[in-house]
Amino acid sequence: MPLRRGGTLVLHCTAPHQGSGRGLRTGDGVDIGTMIRRGLDRLLGRGEGRADSRTVYVGHGAWSPAQPFTPPRYCDNRIVSSKYTLWNFLPKNLFEQFRRIANFYFLIIFLVQVIVDTPTSPVTSGLPLFFVITVTAIKQGFEDWLRHKADNEVNKYPVTVLDGGRSTRKESEKIRVGDVVEVLEDETFPCDLVLLQSSRDDGTCYVTTASLDGESNHKTHYTVPDIETDLLLLNATLECEQPQPDLYKFVGRMYIRREGQEPAVRSLGPENLLLKGATLKNTSKISGVAVYTGMETKMALNYQGKSQKRSVVEKSINCFLVVYLCILLSKALVCTTLKYVWQRQPGQDEPWYNQKTQKEKDTDLYLKMFTDFLSFMVLFNFIIPVSMYVTVEMQKFLGSSFITWDRDFYDPQIQEGALVNTSDLNEELGQVEHVFTDKTGTLTQNNMEFIECCIDGFQYKYGNCASELDGFCVEDGPVNKLQRKAGREREELFLRALCLCHTVQVKEPGPGLGPVDQVDAARAVEERGFIASSPDEVALVKGAMRFGFSFLGLDCMKMKIQNRNKEIEEYDLLHVLNFDPVRRRMSVIVKSEAGETLLFCKGADVSIFPRVREEEVMRIRTHVERNATEGYRTLCVAYKKLSTEAFAQADASLREARLALQDREEKLLNIYDQLETGMNLIGATAVEDRLQEEATVTMEALQNAGMKVWVLTGDKMETAKSTCYACRLFQRRTELLELTVRTLEAGGQKCEGRLHELLLDYHRRAVQDAPPAKGGVSRSWSSAVQDYGFIIDGATLSLLLKPPSSRYTSLFLEICQNCAAVLCCRMAPLQKAQIVRLVKNTKGSPITLSVGDGANDVSMILEAHVGIGIKGNEGRQAVRNSDYAVPKLKHLRKLLLGHGHLYYVRIAQLVQYFFYKNLCFILPQFLYQFFCGYSQQPLYDAAYLMMYNICFTSMPILAYSLFEQHICIEILMDNAILYREVARNASLRWGPFLHWTALGIYQGLLFFFGVHCLFRNPALQDNGQVYGNWSFGTIVFTVMVFTVTLKLALDTRHWTWINHLVIWGSLAFYVFFSFFWGGIIWPFLKQQRLYFVFANLLSSVSAWLVIILLILLSLLPEVLLVVLRKPRASHIQQLKMRSSARKHRDFLSNTGVI
Amino acid sequence: MKSQQAANRPDNTAFTQQRLPAWQPMLSAHFVIPGFLLIGMAFIGIGVALYITSQNIQVLEKDYTGTGQYTACSECADMQTIPCICNVTFSLTTLFTGPVFLYYGLSNYYQNYRKYQVSRDDVQLWGDVTKSPADACAPYQYIDNKPIAPCGSIANSMFNDTFSLYQIINGTMKLVPLDGKGIAWWTDYNIKFRNPSAQGSLQDAFNGTMKPVNWSKPAYELNPSDMNDNGFLNQDFLVWMRTAALPDFQKLYRRITSGDYALGLPPGDYVLQIEYNYAVKDFGRKKVVFSNVTWMGGKNEFLGVAYIVVGSLCLVMSVVMLVVYAKYKFADENA
Repeated sequence: MPLRRGGTLVLHCTAPHQGSGRGLRTGDGVDIGTMIRRGLDRLLGRGEGRADSRTVYVGHGAWSPAQPFTPPRYCDNRIVSSKYTLWNFLPKNLFEQFRRIANFYFLIIFLVQVIVDTPTSPVTSGLPLFFVITVTAIKQGFEDWLRHKADNEVNKYPVTVLDGGRSTRKESEKIRVGDVVEVLEDETFPCDLVLLQSSRDDGTCYVTTASLDGESNHKTHYTVPDIETDLLLLNATLECEQPQPDLYKFVGRMYIRREGQEPAVRSLGPENLLLKGATLKNTSKISGVAVYTGMETKMALNYQGKSQKRSVVEKSINCFLVVYLCILLSKALVCTTLKYVWQRQPGQDEPWYNQKTQKEKDTDLYLKMFTDFLSFMVLFNFIIPVSMYVTVEMQKFLGSSFITWDRDFYDPQIQEGALVNTSDLNEELGQVEHVFTDKTGTLTQNNMEFIECCIDGFQYKYGNCASELDGFCVEDGPVNKLQRKAGREREELFLRALCLCHTVQVKEPGPGLGPVDQVDAARAVEERGFIASSPDEVALVKGAMRFGFSFLGLDCMKMKIQNRNKEIEEYDLLHVLNFDPVRRRMSVIVKSEAGETLLFCKGADVSIFPRVREEEVMRIRTHVERNATEGYRTLCVAYKKLSTEAFAQADASLREARLALQDREEKLLNIYDQLETGMNLIGATAVEDRLQEEATVTMEALQNAGMKVWVLTGDKMETAKSTCYACRLFQRRTELLELTVRTLEAGGQKCEGRLHELLLDYHRRAVQDAPPAKGGVSRSWSSAVQDYGFIIDGATLSLLLKPPSSRYTSLFLEICQNCAAVLCCRMAPLQKAQIVRLVKNTKGSPITLSVGDGANDVSMILEAHVGIGIKGNEGRQAVRNSDYAVPKLKHLRKLLLGHGHLYYVRIAQLVQYFFYKNLCFILPQFLYQFFCGYSQQPLYDAAYLMMYNICFTSMPILAYSLFEQHICIEILMDNAILYREVARNASLRWGPFLHWTALGIYQGLLFFFGVHCLFRNPALQDNGQVYGNWSFGTIVFTVMVFTVTLKLALDTRHWTWINHLVIWGSLAFYVFFSFFWGGIIWPFLKQQRLYFVFANLLSSVSAWLVIILLILLSLLPEVLLVVLRKPRASHIQQLKMRSSARKHRDFLSNTGVI
Repeated sequence: MKSQQAANRPDNTAFTQQRLPAWQPMLSAHFVIPGFLLIGMAFIGIGVALYITSQNIQVLEKDYTGTGQYTACSECADMQTIPCICNVTFSLTTLFTGPVFLYYGLSNYYQNYRKYQVSRDDVQLWGDVTKSPADACAPYQYIDNKPIAPCGSIANSMFNDTFSLYQIINGTMKLVPLDGKGIAWWTDYNIKFRNPSAQGSLQDAFNGTMKPVNWSKPAYELNPSDMNDNGFLNQDFLVWMRTAALPDFQKLYRRITSGDYALGLPPGDYVLQIEYNYAVKDFGRKKVVFSNVTWMGGKNEFLGVAYIVVGSLCLVMSVVMLVVYAKYKFADENA
């Protein structure tokens, strides 16, 4: 293989070539001065970032016996994603919790109660606060413990380290820079290694970086040349740049010292570096020296810190909280003011029956005013519901179990269901506006399959009609019915081309397999499988095999293929003209047994068509175009016969160019260009990158639900584009706006200028010329007249985001807003995050969701509001860092449309209801101040004050917020459009909030003044006895508990037995508790205020009547609203009817049959 | 293999799959309109009954503050002579059906003032006078380091006007017997309040305590005519200790249940003799109220009116809904 340093690295790592020319700035070797400086830097806390390079002593061998050897300290190989340690948990957690506005507020209230003489005891607010803090701390501690466990799984993974000649097993976290590490096949590299030795003869190893950048093909990495085979004898140092996040950049050099020789210097590039997180493939064992460890590995540097994500709902809560805080303050202020105004009237301040103590008389007026103000604050502080936070936490914690429990998320292949890492974001799933999805492994299975081919304009599809010989059948062709197939000769030529024109290797048999005889060779090959840098090459070879032409392998530059007649044909492989992204084609030159020299070429249609005869193109073009829009990856195949002279000339110039020292690449390209002309087009192939199950349906559902889908991929544009077509993100009528390196270079101008021009042009087309329906219709763009799709690549994006051109960013975003789908290809992991951040911070801060499966998606998963990990086969990094993880992409639909929607509705109701019920709880207490001389007299007994939120009214809303299905999940999933009803935080905006507040005020007024009117004559019993103030408060309280609970009952659309139990149960509990609380003289109470108050109350007919009246009257408007709003709801009813049959069937199959 | 699968696979229960059988009620017009009709009619019925009952309750109120427009007891209003006795006369033209209840009423009197309201010691009132009174009782906690029993502002400000009613028959005053029993809650009298126990008389039990500042007599002498109506179990005291909800309140004073007046107060002239001790003129007024009660308690028209109004509202709503639905909804359903 003359060109074994094949295309993969060139292909995928264009970046390093720009950087590799730059050498290391420090001089050769490390002098003592450098070491001292580095030591000083470390002492002064200046990171190593200042030093330009690091020196690694391979196997910790001393550089020279003469020089003192101080091993430099690098960070260890631990990956830390957890937040707390055992020691800092308490202070750090408490600090973080009290940073929350609500908790801090309650702390203040509690302190006020402790210090100032207040109407209620400190216990009433201290106990709930303590409860909240404890529950939250336990929850967060548990979650952090899980992270610790996950970290440990990685950090304690055993690895083999060569230490002084012996190989020892070590835990992964103990690897130090300089250790020589052994890695076996299919293991992941525990840190960034420079490859020293491979078990393969040619000093290469194959690696898949799927979990890093999403490319699952095998990449070839090379050992450092001229290294001793015995690593024990190796005495070398390695100098390389400081850790940096770019996956494709690595610059270093190695000094190999041999006895009595000058140190040999070898330069190191990214092809020598094995990245942490990548997996060793097809190589039984390698050894490498650790250069970057732990948090300094390129993988770790591509992570971002896990920041606390907060949902919109929480922001809404904080907003409402501020409103209620204002209400509270104004209430306290009004009461304080009125109190002093009222006291100025004669006889009011200190009537004879209510003398003050000496201490009270002596207190300063202003101090009294202040403490009065605080007392009112304490009295009304229940308006801000402390228990809401507990309930919200519990709802989220328990509610997220439904995701884990959902059997629809269970994937029998990996035998796992969904995973919830953060329960804080459940409701955010119902609010998503932008979906950022990875391509490889997420949208697609990354599993190429040969679908069809076209030979001379005749379409061949495999396996559609069984009657055809060889399963090779013709679908449609030219109108000429007589000639339905291309000639057999052409067919065979095409298939030979497929078999020969590639760089695929046959996977070597395992040691257990004996020699295989010729007849079974093909089957054996099939069983062994192929390896290639690009999965579609494998698909093509496998495709050819199905049609009877098998590639048996490459042996001593001879390619062996088995033809249809089971005969072995051998070809001499003369040259491989490698694939590169500029030419977008590759060729091989082979010599057949018959002595013919043939050039086979395959490549993208645009790169082939100009190089073949026009009339051939005519026949094939339509097929190719149709295939492309169907989402297949198409390649055209051409051939050319080379005369002996022509070949000799080409051969000579190729050899010459390969040996050239300057402009080698350019020269080669020139020759390739000359060679690949005047070819004959044979046909085209269509390969499908198999989409994930139901990917199209899912994407469609997401788009119908009003979400914009962006595909962010590290992959090539063509591949990504075809995937977008395949999953209907781009459709045939979609007009593509392309902003890539190719379009930028096409103009031949300077990049920036061209960029500017294109952006303006696209902006004009997509934004300005679009129908003037912005805003309102913007969410229903899917039905817009013209769909636009936008394509951008990484290089252009970084150009776009360069600081001076921030104007472009807004243009870019505006264009994207008007596009049906956006495709960003060739993205580095951090660029993905950059895009997400860009969108996240636009006006209206839309909710973003990232979904991905590999480590390259981690940064965007962390960046987005909600990060979803797909439990693919590319490692666990994405899953570990995600907020939610599901086995398959198709689960996204239920997760968002079903669970997300429901969670949002539930939590919105929960929040609104909590504020409402506390408003009507406290309003009567406020009103009572006008009738008790503004003396902070509580209307309700302390037990009621405390229990109202904890016991009497908390369980029904918790049950509601766990089980409510205002529309059942099936309907939600079938009608994606329903998702838009809750979009943009619909239930927690000011409108609904005012509605609830108004309701609370109405009911609060009603409760108080209703009972007040009744108490104009407090003789309410038939024995003429009178009721006191506690009876008054208890009637109000009873009405309130019943009203508030029944209000929730009215809103409940889904009554499971739990709802029944909890709603009727808490009412019964209230009654029971009141009897109980009033039935005993409590020895620990200072005052027996409620003794028999409740029982006495119920002996009065009037009390019963007023309770019934007030409950009914307070619920009347709600009932009216529900009924009058019905016509809209009936539409949902119809939907329900439609899918009830299906639901019934599902139910049967779930219970009975299975 | 199979067991592992079973372990990982979520349970297929109705609960975990959110498929619990559920009742999904829809508040539809079919239920709501007849419901409203029914409720409306029932409410109007109850309302009418309440209203008529309330109308039949006889009430006679006499303000005797002695200041302002009401001149009764004006001679005592300045609180100069103690005790000051004044008479309020009234005549009944019809029978005031019994049992008649005698209430006293105070206005702008803040029994629900927080500091006032907590100024009591329920432990003491449960019969333990040996302990030092609660701090909440201040400034009526101690006199000369001796605990006050009962302590606190509430007890100290106990209403101490007394009333006696006479019917004038042929120029002579015939005493109408007033029944002071059963005016306080049964539970207050029997359980919540207890007299301190000691060997000997009740007076011994109160030994070592002081009477409240404003009281003329100590607790154990509150009712000289009935030994069982003294101390913390004095019914007037119990009624007073049940603090009123609003600043304008009335409290039960006596019932007229016995003798010739068990069936009510017959027509004629009456004199209410008042021992005027309680000073209210600085902040409010006081009155005396004769009333009879029914099953719904004292006179209160609010309930009856409210029921009638809400009942009518329901009827109107059901008609409105019917119209709305006839216009929109039923048309929708047919379509």
